[in-house]
Amino acid sequence: MPEPHDSTRRQFLSLAGGVAVLGAVPIVTLRPAEATPATLATAIRNVVGEAAVQTGKVRLEVPPLVENGNTVPMTVSVANPMTANDYVKSIHVFNEKNPQPNVGNFYLGPRAGRAQVSTRIRLADSQKIVAIARLSDDSFWSVSVDVVVTLAACTEEVI
Amino acid sequence: MAAALINVPAKAKRGDIIEIKTLMSHIMETGYRHLASGEVVPRDIITSFSCRFDGAEIFRADLYPAIAANPFITFFTTATESGKFEFAWIGDNGFSETASASITVE
Repeated sequence: MPEPHDSTRRQFLSLAGGVAVLGAVPIVTLRPAEATPATLATAIRNVVGEAAVQTGKVRLEVPPLVENGNTVPMTVSVANPMTANDYVKSIHVFNEKNPQPNVGNFYLGPRAGRAQVSTRIRLADSQKIVAIARLSDDSFWSVSVDVVVTLAACTEEVI
Repeated sequence: MAAALINVPAKAKRGDIIEIKTLMSHIMETGYRHLASGEVVPRDIITSFSCRFDGAEIFRADLYPAIAANPFITFFTTATESGKFEFAWIGDNGFSETASASITVE
């Protein structure tokens, strides 16, 4: 008999549709506010103030393709001598699309010997990372690197 | 359980640039994650790390939720004389840990 067969298919389809809608709702509500290029620019302004930021000197090493955004090795180094009169005061790292734009601030001194720091960071999406170094003469140097992330961090559900 | 792992060379020559590696076990909960029920998991991170050598600060870092769990930080310093490195981590919910390491400079 064709009729009961039809009705079960209809029931199945409506049920499947309902499940799909239910499944979609948490995805929408869980989507957090992310740092945008505007908040990135604001975060950078908070550090550098009105000073001009020049490109160069800084080197940011991050894998270009990241499988797991929960822990991404990152090394920032600055090609600048570390002497008493000419040294790197601080290194600031920012991102574009995590929920907030700051990653970390690192304060060094002339006795560091080498202006290099490493850590492990989280990346919520494929995005741009910016590192800015402040030298002892209060000039700012920056570099930005694009990273592709396949598994995002920061915002996943806790089970 | 010791929560901190520190790697400092035990000996160095005067003037050598040495690498210091530190790791502190900590969940670094971002405050942006949700339970299945929709509740936000409150933020619990380390906000500040510092390293002193014989009392003088040689390195400091501000950490944000974008730092991965169990913050691993490495940096460099110049070996000037024998002494003691003191490390301190400060974070949310009154988190405070310290560690130290000695170095002999010849």
